[in-house]
Amino acid sequence: MAKKMVMGNEAIALGAVRAGVGVVCGYPGTPSSEILETVAKHNHDKSIYVEWSVNEKVAMEVGAGAAYTGVRTMVTMKQVGLNVAGDPLMSLEYIGVKGGMVIVVADDPGPISSQTEQDTRHYGIFSKVPVLDPSSVQEAYELVQYAFELSEQYNTPVFLRPTTRICHGRQAIDIDDERKSIAKGEFEKGSRWVIFPKLSNANHKKIEERNADLSNVFSDSGLNTISGSGDIGVACGGISYAYVMEAKKNIDKDFKLFKVTTPHPFPKKAALEFLKGLKKVLVVEELDPVIERELQILCGENNIDCEIRGKLTGDIQNAGENTVRSVENGIKAVLGIDAFYEETDEAVDLPMRPPTLCAGCPHRASFYAVKAAMQGRKAVFCGDIGCYTLGNSAPLNMVDTCLCMGGGITVAQGIKRGEPDTVNFAFIGDSTFFHSGITGIVNAVYNQTDLVAVILDNRTTAMTGNQPHPGIGVTMMGDKVPKIDIEAVLRGCGVQWVRKGDPLDLENSIELVREAAENKGVSAIIFESPCIALFKPKSKYFVNFDKCTGCKACIKKIGCPALYVSEGKVAIDDTLCYGCGLCAKVCPFNAISD
Amino acid sequence: MNSSILICGVGGQGTVLASKIIAQAAVNSGLPALASETIGMAQRGGCVVSHVRVGENVHSPLIPIGGADAVIAFEPGEAARCRKYLKDDGIMIVSSRAVQPVTVALSGKTYDTENIINYLKSSVKNLHIIDGQGLIDKIGLDKALNIGLVGVLCASGKTFLTLKNAEETIRKILPEKIVEINIKALRIGADEMEEK
Repeated sequence: MAKKMVMGNEAIALGAVRAGVGVVCGYPGTPSSEILETVAKHNHDKSIYVEWSVNEKVAMEVGAGAAYTGVRTMVTMKQVGLNVAGDPLMSLEYIGVKGGMVIVVADDPGPISSQTEQDTRHYGIFSKVPVLDPSSVQEAYELVQYAFELSEQYNTPVFLRPTTRICHGRQAIDIDDERKSIAKGEFEKGSRWVIFPKLSNANHKKIEERNADLSNVFSDSGLNTISGSGDIGVACGGISYAYVMEAKKNIDKDFKLFKVTTPHPFPKKAALEFLKGLKKVLVVEELDPVIERELQILCGENNIDCEIRGKLTGDIQNAGENTVRSVENGIKAVLGIDAFYEETDEAVDLPMRPPTLCAGCPHRASFYAVKAAMQGRKAVFCGDIGCYTLGNSAPLNMVDTCLCMGGGITVAQGIKRGEPDTVNFAFIGDSTFFHSGITGIVNAVYNQTDLVAVILDNRTTAMTGNQPHPGIGVTMMGDKVPKIDIEAVLRGCGVQWVRKGDPLDLENSIELVREAAENKGVSAIIFESPCIALFKPKSKYFVNFDKCTGCKACIKKIGCPALYVSEGKVAIDDTLCYGCGLCAKVCPFNAISD
Repeated sequence: MNSSILICGVGGQGTVLASKIIAQAAVNSGLPALASETIGMAQRGGCVVSHVRVGENVHSPLIPIGGADAVIAFEPGEAARCRKYLKDDGIMIVSSRAVQPVTVALSGKTYDTENIINYLKSSVKNLHIIDGQGLIDKIGLDKALNIGLVGVLCASGKTFLTLKNAEETIRKILPEKIVEINIKALRIGADEMEEK
């Protein structure tokens, strides 16, 4: 065994490989993406089947089928991805599995890179699927292996629910090169795989009984630990356990500590042991008050006179991440120690630095072309999930709505129905188009809705770290496969007017947009230009200071992060410039060239 | 020796690689290490912060406010934003080369580097301002500023990290074709500190 410094997501992947996983599928999404990528990296003999599925629902179903054959299967996604996979998930729990199936869903307190602060532990309770919640990278490595055992023993998929600070944390952990052999799959036909009301009713009873058993199994598993002493307790789980342990160093008074590693089914027996002799408990967790509610219920069921405090009582913030200091203050308050840590703002004016489209990003040119073409016209610009969501910020201001994956194309249709006299644009990236854009296109064609779909094809899934997708022609097994052509898909869906263009050819792009906006029905423009992460710049642009009048038109029009003001004129940061030349095209004085 | 090292900058400046090298160097020295990275949306030109925590009895991968023995800032504004993490007697290494956010030019304000540097001078006891552009020019590669500043930390002797240890780690974990340029950057950074 060797100590290796790994990221949490790598640890989960390596744990799954060690456990003999045979099929791994998922859809990229921060903070989960590196799990599947790491499995692919450690798959030299191609003994594991790894795929980026088209979306999370597909991944869940491919994973379910593989698990039906008896092969150990892992499915990965971010928390909002689970919403997409919610349908197969709910039914799959009633059907069950044969091979161990671990569904890794990464939650994102903050949120740091997500639409919502939803809590996958609720999905566990809702779907009745057991949930394991790692508090460190090392524990994530161990729990994923335990999850496979558990899944096979109880014929149920199992959730592993890491959060961002586990996924993107690093720790030196013991990695064992030993590997369980991968089971050979065999699908045994039988009525158990076909969901019918009668089967669901019978299985529902079994699931409830099993989860009552699992609560006891978890209580006795040693995973939910009790330490410390006193009549005041702290209950926590996940990364919050690490914060509590860190805060404890600054707190002189002892308290009883309950670490919940299996939030569902809740380990009631262990929790009752913890509650013995306690007057008050502070529950420290992120996202929703799941442990807190379980303890409240337990106190109610058992008539225990113990005050449960946490998010519901306002003692722990109900949104955003916990920190060592916030946890320290919370525990001190409940212990009656009043030496709080106070945070003061910096005494200097600092500029905001929101994320922006990279210098040279072709999306900037696409947005600018549409904006220029639609100047003076009443138009609504619906966006979607991806790097191009960043087109919302000034000076582009080109994302009027953003809801969820694939939602731009369909929200645009609703806006058109509500307010018919607008020109409706929907921007969608190539990977998102395949994920859930196609159904929206079919809907618009079928229902004859006027819409201009702008497909921003940068040849990659950029925001999550440049993963391939069906339009790229490469799989996670390293195979070269036929590319699925977006234009052909659109035409196949019945879109008559489809044009392709290079967004960096600004004049032509503006013309294409004008033409599209005049059409009835669905029009589609595919703007093709690669993400800057895929190539090295050929040239860089600079400002001729003799010609630059300092009008800042370039900054005001396109807001490229490589442009800045220096001594009254505009300059280009040559460490950032990627040579797209858009600034040169919008400069009224021809002051920019390469 | 326990060390908490915070690395901050702007997305794209290479905080993740710098933290990876520091954390791996700790492991190579037989020290337990934890780290945490900013990955995702903020990487697109936003504020990015990496945390490295080395030593026994460390639980949180994130450094508490006021808990950093060292802050390496790739950008002066980000240095000021993360100053609150620094211990009173901690060392702060700052590149003076500003990366101006586009919001500044759009709002008609100016990015006042001097004001920010003055603030750091008045509030940080152990401050080392490094001429970032000068360092980039000497290294010959703007992307290696991150490792140049890690070199400065090595030469400071304020944490467990030594030049030898960092060099060995770079040789071990980086792809061969970028090893030499990064070692050059590391040494130039270290020389910068020693000249002071």
